[in-house]
Amino acid sequence: MSTQVSSNKAFFNQLRKYYTWYTGGFVVFLVALAILEQLGLPRVWIGYVFLFATIALYAGIGIMSRTADVAEYYVAGRRVPALFNGMATGADWMSAASFIGMAGGLYLQGFDGLAFIMGWTGGYCLVAFLLAPYLRKFGQFTIPDFLGARYGGHIARFIGILAAILCSFTYVVAQIYGVGIITARFTGVEFQVGVFLGLAGILVCSFLGGMRAVTWTQVAQYIILIIAYLIPVVWLSIKHTNFPVPQLIYGTVLEKVTAREKQLTSDPKELEVRKIFADRAADARRQVAELPKSWEDGKAAAAKKVDDLKAANAPVAEIGAAQKALEAFPKSADDAKKAWTAAAAAAAGRTGPPMPHATPFPSGNPDPAKNAAERENKRLNFIALVVCLMVGTAALPHILMRYYTTPSVQQARTSVTWSLFFIFLLYFTAPALAVLVKFDIYTMVVGSNFADLPAWVAAWNKIDPRLLTITDINKDGIVQLAEIVIGQDIVVLATPEIAGLPYVISGLVAAGGLAAALSTADGLLLTIANALSHDLYYKMINPNASTQKRVTISKILLLVVALGAATVASKAPADILFLVSAAFSLAAAGFFVPLVAGVFWKRATKWGAITSMLGGVGVTFYYMATTQPWLRSVFGVTGPIADYMWFGISPISAGIFGLPLAAVLMVVVSMLSPAPDQKTQDFVEHVRYPNLEGDSVETLAH
Amino acid sequence: MLKLTARHREYWQKNLNLTLVLLIIWFVVTFVMGWFAKELAAITIFGWPLSFYMGAQGSLIIYILIIWYYAVHMGKLDQEYGVHEGED
Repeated sequence: MSTQVSSNKAFFNQLRKYYTWYTGGFVVFLVALAILEQLGLPRVWIGYVFLFATIALYAGIGIMSRTADVAEYYVAGRRVPALFNGMATGADWMSAASFIGMAGGLYLQGFDGLAFIMGWTGGYCLVAFLLAPYLRKFGQFTIPDFLGARYGGHIARFIGILAAILCSFTYVVAQIYGVGIITARFTGVEFQVGVFLGLAGILVCSFLGGMRAVTWTQVAQYIILIIAYLIPVVWLSIKHTNFPVPQLIYGTVLEKVTAREKQLTSDPKELEVRKIFADRAADARRQVAELPKSWEDGKAAAAKKVDDLKAANAPVAEIGAAQKALEAFPKSADDAKKAWTAAAAAAAGRTGPPMPHATPFPSGNPDPAKNAAERENKRLNFIALVVCLMVGTAALPHILMRYYTTPSVQQARTSVTWSLFFIFLLYFTAPALAVLVKFDIYTMVVGSNFADLPAWVAAWNKIDPRLLTITDINKDGIVQLAEIVIGQDIVVLATPEIAGLPYVISGLVAAGGLAAALSTADGLLLTIANALSHDLYYKMINPNASTQKRVTISKILLLVVALGAATVASKAPADILFLVSAAFSLAAAGFFVPLVAGVFWKRATKWGAITSMLGGVGVTFYYMATTQPWLRSVFGVTGPIADYMWFGISPISAGIFGLPLAAVLMVVVSMLSPAPDQKTQDFVEHVRYPNLEGDSVETLAH
Repeated sequence: MLKLTARHREYWQKNLNLTLVLLIIWFVVTFVMGWFAKELAAITIFGWPLSFYMGAQGSLIIYILIIWYYAVHMGKLDQEYGVHEGED
């Protein structure tokens, strides 16, 4: 044992040395690129250098970590020190949505967006206290493994495989989609090409070396993504507060934002713009109400305008514009109904005052009774969402799997602390970033002349108008807040430019987003491939397969799943963000109860676990299918949504119904079925103690 | 069949007690403070309304602290009750 300890120590020191050099090297690389930019390196080249240099780096680590050994391939040889496992978990955990979307979500939702911050960190308490140490003691390869060993037979394991694939696949599709977007935006290649370039980046990490390669690339990816996230925020903080630690100082900025919100709420120019939108909404609604006559009249008027202009020999540009308006006019009364209803909703959405950033559960409804009801509903949804995200965090297989890779139970416990610490670094910065960007927009952009708008406004509008559009609605030449439409993703992507940093930092942010998406996709792909190769093939179909064959099969499956996910992603399915959130609710309702009961309740039986998983996932899925617009259309659910809603909970938090049902089923069915046998009870004791004298349960397989 | 001594049972009981206490802290910080966010927003610290601060930073710091405490305390408990692993 003592040689084991000293070899672990040596390994740790060696890793520390490597990654210190690596971080130093990366900083030198950044500085060199910054100098080249000053010397005139074109922007598109900077994008290419970042893309190819980082992917080549990950590929290098992947190739160096290639392996055909089962324990190395599935659990990185179980010798990943707590600190490094924490970093790898951080990268595994933080996806493109965390890196790019989170701060933007906070910008748009204010306090209510904090549900994501709390939910995606607080879940680690459940991981630490209820799961990680016990799963590490169990010491196998996958999460369905635990279900199979604890509840016996193939049924529990099989349902576990299905649930693991269901949660992970939707999630991985979203990551590959994110990779495609980032690659396309920063190098100018087509989105579909970007998807498959990203896929190459994912495969070089995971294909040759499995968990071992993924672990060491994830550590490298974490370092890049955290540097990329922090530099622009620190810079922006210096710009607005003269203080380089935004997390400590942004309370004062938040006060200023709140004061500015009050001012903008009653500003006459703002009211004027909001009035214009209210008129437009009313107008569109009236037109919809008067269909089909309004469509016929409108079409005739558009045609007449073209003729009149032609007859009057108006300038070509004016005739062209009128011609375009005529061509763009809805082709039929049905089309008009769709277009005008959408226009009415869009205009109506811009008639309210700015949402107060720091106020919990705000409502803009002027009617006091409705206002109170809306706020109450938001509060309920906030709590429900936090529950689903937390419990879902503690049940997602690709995260739990990481705790199999530490050398000991105690290191698994410490490793959760490190994981949360590294995640915390980004998550407690995101709210600061949102407030700083909001301050910038509210004070520097609002109130400025349209002629003096900063260059980044036009640049991002050109890339995608949904990201940022500013139009002079009331024609006064000055920007009002109500004239700005801002998309979620721009907050992180444009921060370097808002802060006035060189383009190199924009490239760095893109590389950071890419690292976040690639690392999460790696972990997820491995989870799916392992569930299929280890649980389905080796444990259920061919238990006599040689270790060589198992690893080979796993690699082939990885390739197949990756190609499948990339194909789905390149088709850009409609509601991809919803699918990701759905994964949390499904994992929470499916896995959490049987995993925790498996350790803490000896009486939990096979049938209790099976009914609990089926019931939990079933109800969650039913609620989503009947209340989420896209799923409703898929399953042909008609009738008003309100009839299907329970307590006004939104479909993203459907797990709030599945979770208690899963718990009740677990208890009731377990009590009705015969108690588990002695072997199972011994197994439970085995996982509860890090080390037991005379323990005969054999679970360590290496 | 495993032979568990009274010491083993005591270890497990202590683990359960610690887990329960830390989960109560987690619950209060997350859900009780979350539920009363509107009321807590009236209190301001360094510019942040208290409920905003807790959601954005305070609760996260408490989560890290309790997880860290759990790891340290369980490590000691393992040693004390002789159920620790060979290494570390």
